[in-house]
This record gives sequence, C-alpha cells and structure tokens, in this order.
Amino acid sequence: MNATPENLRTYERINDRIEAGKAVVLTADEVFDYIETKGLEQAAKEVDVVTTATFGPMCSSGCVLNFGHSTPRMRISEAWIDDVPAYCGVAAVDVFLGATQLRHNDPANMYYPGEFRFGGGHVIEKLVAGETLQLFGLSYGTDDYPRREVRTYFTIHDLNQATMVNPRNCYQNYNVATNASDKRIYTYLGILEPNMRNMTYCSAGQLSPLLNDPWYETIGVGSSVWLAGARGLVYAEGTQHCSAVARTEGGVPIGGAGTLALTADMKEMRPEFVRGASFAGYGVSLALGVAIPIPILNADILRRTAVRDCDLQACIIDYSNDYPNNTGNVIGKVNYAQLRSGTVTVNGKDVPVGSLSSYSKALEAANLLRDEIRRGEFLLSRPSRRLPVDQGFKPLKIRGAGQ
Amino acid sequence: MITRKLYLYFPKSETEKPIVCQLVRDYNLTVNIFRAKVTPEEEGYLVLDATGEPEDIDAALSFLKTFNVDVDNVNKGLRWHADRCTHCGNCVPHCPTHALDFADRSTREVRFFEGQCVECLACVRNCPFAACTSMI
Repeated sequence: MNATPENLRTYERINDRIEAGKAVVLTADEVFDYIETKGLEQAAKEVDVVTTATFGPMCSSGCVLNFGHSTPRMRISEAWIDDVPAYCGVAAVDVFLGATQLRHNDPANMYYPGEFRFGGGHVIEKLVAGETLQLFGLSYGTDDYPRREVRTYFTIHDLNQATMVNPRNCYQNYNVATNASDKRIYTYLGILEPNMRNMTYCSAGQLSPLLNDPWYETIGVGSSVWLAGARGLVYAEGTQHCSAVARTEGGVPIGGAGTLALTADMKEMRPEFVRGASFAGYGVSLALGVAIPIPILNADILRRTAVRDCDLQACIIDYSNDYPNNTGNVIGKVNYAQLRSGTVTVNGKDVPVGSLSSYSKALEAANLLRDEIRRGEFLLSRPSRRLPVDQGFKPLKIRGAGQ
Repeated sequence: MITRKLYLYFPKSETEKPIVCQLVRDYNLTVNIFRAKVTPEEEGYLVLDATGEPEDIDAALSFLKTFNVDVDNVNKGLRWHADRCTHCGNCVPHCPTHALDFADRSTREVRFFEGQCVECLACVRNCPFAACTSMI
C-alpha cells in the first residue's frame, strides 16, 4: 500500500486534528467570509470541517421504547402513552411511537378545522424533557406472559432504551406552499389564506445539510450526525430519497430530492431541539434540530458548502389543487434569499412569506456542533455506503376494484 | 394624550352596568375595544385601548375600582411564551400589525411587540408550538 501524500485530506487525518483540538471548524454560515478572505484553495487547505444544520417539522420520525419486564411478565399487545397509541407488533415490551399519531379520541377534523393539540410528537417532546408519562397496556395473556393489563407512570430514565428511529429527515429541499383557491386551506405547511395571500417555505437554505453536499459525497449511510444534541447516525437512505431530479447549474436540486434516515439515543437529546407540533386542520408532528458535519476532503467539497441562499431555488406549489391532485404543476420558482426577505412577487402580486423551518434554531445547532468538534468531543465517520445518486420515485398505482 | 391598554374582567354581578359608556361620557376617553364578551347574568371580559389625558385615565381607573371589576393594565389577553417559540416565523405573515416579527433579519429571531398587538388571535391558531395563547 502506498503511503498517503502529506497534503491529502482523509477522515482519519481530520479526526486526528479534532482529537488534538487543532481542527479548523466553521459553520456553513461562516464559511462564505472565510473563503472570501483566504480564497478557495487556501481555505480548503485550512478548513477541516463545515457544520450544517436544520430545524423543522419532520413527520417521518418516531421512537422505539423498551419498558423492561414487569412481574408477572406481560407481552404488551396494545399500548397507549399519555393516551397516544403506540405500535406493539414487535417483542413483548418494545413499542414504536410515531410522531404523527393522534391521541385516542382526538376528534381529528370531525369539527373542521381540528386543533390537534397533542399527539405522538408531543409525547416524544415530554419524554426527552424528562417529564412523567402514563403507560396503559393490554394483552391477551399467554402461558409465559400471563399479565393482561398494566397502568403505570414512567420517565425516560426508567426505560432500558429510548431510541429515535426516523425513516425520513432532512429533505434536501422543499416545496413553497401557497393557495390559489378562494377558500382558506389547512396544510402541513400551515394555514394558507385564499387567493395567494401568503406562502410558506420549509428549509434552512444555505445552512441545510444536503444543500451543502448536493451529490452526497460525504453524507452517506454510516455518517455521524448530531440529532437534537445526541450523537446519532444515518442508518439508511431516507424514504422517498429521489436523487434523479432537476438541479441548478451548481448541481443543487430545485425540489425535494435526497432524504436521510436517522437514529440516535433520546436519553442524550436536548429538549429544546425536540418539539411537538400541532397544525390546525392537519394533524400533529415533531420538529427536530439536526446538525451534520461535512469533512473538507478537497476544494470542491468546500466550494459546495459555500452555496448561498440566492443560489438555491425552490418551487411554489398550489396546495389547494396541484399538490393534492399530484398534477406536477409549478406556479413559479424562487430563491431562498427572496423567501427570507419576507415578500415574493408572483404574477405582479406581492405575497407575504412565512417559514416553518427555524433558521435561528438551525444556526444554534450548527454552532453547538461546531463547538463540540472544536473541543474534540465529536468525531466524523466515513460513510460505509453512498446514498443513491440516480434514483427515481415511484407513484402508487391503484389497480383493480379500488380504481 | 396617552393610550393605556386595559383588560377588564366582569364578574356576574357587574355585567349589567354600562361601565364603558361612563368611561367615554364622564372621563372623556376614546375607547377602542379589541375583544369583548359581556352577557347579562354571565361573567365577561373586555380588552380595550383607552386614550385620553393622563389625569382622566387615572380618574377612570379609580372609578373602575369602585365596581367589582378586575382591572389589568397590561396586555393580558394574548401571551407570547418566549420559551415555547422556535423562531420559525410562521406567524409573521399572519400577524396584521407586525406585533410578531423578526427583531433582526440576520439572526431571524422572532419578537413580540406587545404594544402593536390587537389580539386578533391569528397567531394562536397558526403557531404549531403553542407559543401564543389567549387568556380568555
């Protein structure tokens, strides 16, 4: 084997520098000025890691909890945590709780628009905050697991494991939602007033992990991530990962595209980055803060982390018709600098813009991860597998009688 | 002339008295009611701005104290809980008076400018994190 040339950057060398407390670490928000001052080539020689982050609702999130065994034992077949149903189709005292699960007896949209004040996301928020929750469980009883009912109280500290398992987080980019109809609509992107009176985006833009690594060169299966303060990892490509999409000249997707499946120990999480969310007329969800380090292995990787809001585009979609009916129509394209200005002009009309992604929280997460790496507390890991770079996204074809 | 925001809580016994009328007629106040629910034989509330000379407002407050009415001269109807706010900015386009707005576009932290709030409650139904709540 040939010796690695002195100037070549590798994960091992970056980790050595982190452990020695010598690593140069910047957030994706600080990297522009650094490159401007030093020039790209020089900056690439100096910077070891750029931290990226996002904070927003991520519906495809949930957790696996292990309660330990009672005496006598019980094979829980139905469970409710603070009245929110958890999935029990796994081993005796393991359950899965999903972020969008409604509380038992929530009237949902029966009285439209529903309020959806409490659900799976709020249970997860309470767990991470160390609050006391109620477990109610039922079972049919077996010879080896005779107990048929349990009602007790617990906190996260009583559990053997509380592991967040999120099938889809960190969408590379996202739709900007508006409402072209003449009626108010209630969506997962908030309340959209009629006749395009407002629009909502949901991305950290220039700070967002996969917008800083558009071709998944460093963020892959096995990468270390900071999931709400816990040391986590990418365990798979996220569901609906779809990399074969329209991209800008810089290679950055204009729509949804790549996604990540993330996991981490909830006992290590910081409650301010794990927040239950209620969307009137839509349902419940969970907002999470995620920060991901990008190792600067070469100047191209650094250049791609220096992407700015004005270079990142998103599609404005009509959520009253085009989104529900899956028409593929796009009202227009805007960049994130325009979105962040608070007003976007569409067909000559000024439309006020809101966001469901918190740039302020994302910045806080990117800063926290930067400081952990600087202190030598967070090491990077080389992905064991790259995320698919040319993968499509299949629709559901309805066949037979259901058509 | 000054403007004071008042929150008046009326117990059952006081809901039949024409108190607001007297504020206007006897104390020369201009009253702007944001929210009200005053029904005979039920408890009720009023959230209003009272504009007038400082001594007239002081006299009006003393007059109100002669009734069994709770008076709070703070923005009591709508509360913004800073610790629950994630600073996403979803409320900003829904707030008609910019009472909720980014304090600084670069850090993008949301702030509540209480004086501008007219208690339309748009933020209450729009905030996913229940950072805005209504006392009444």
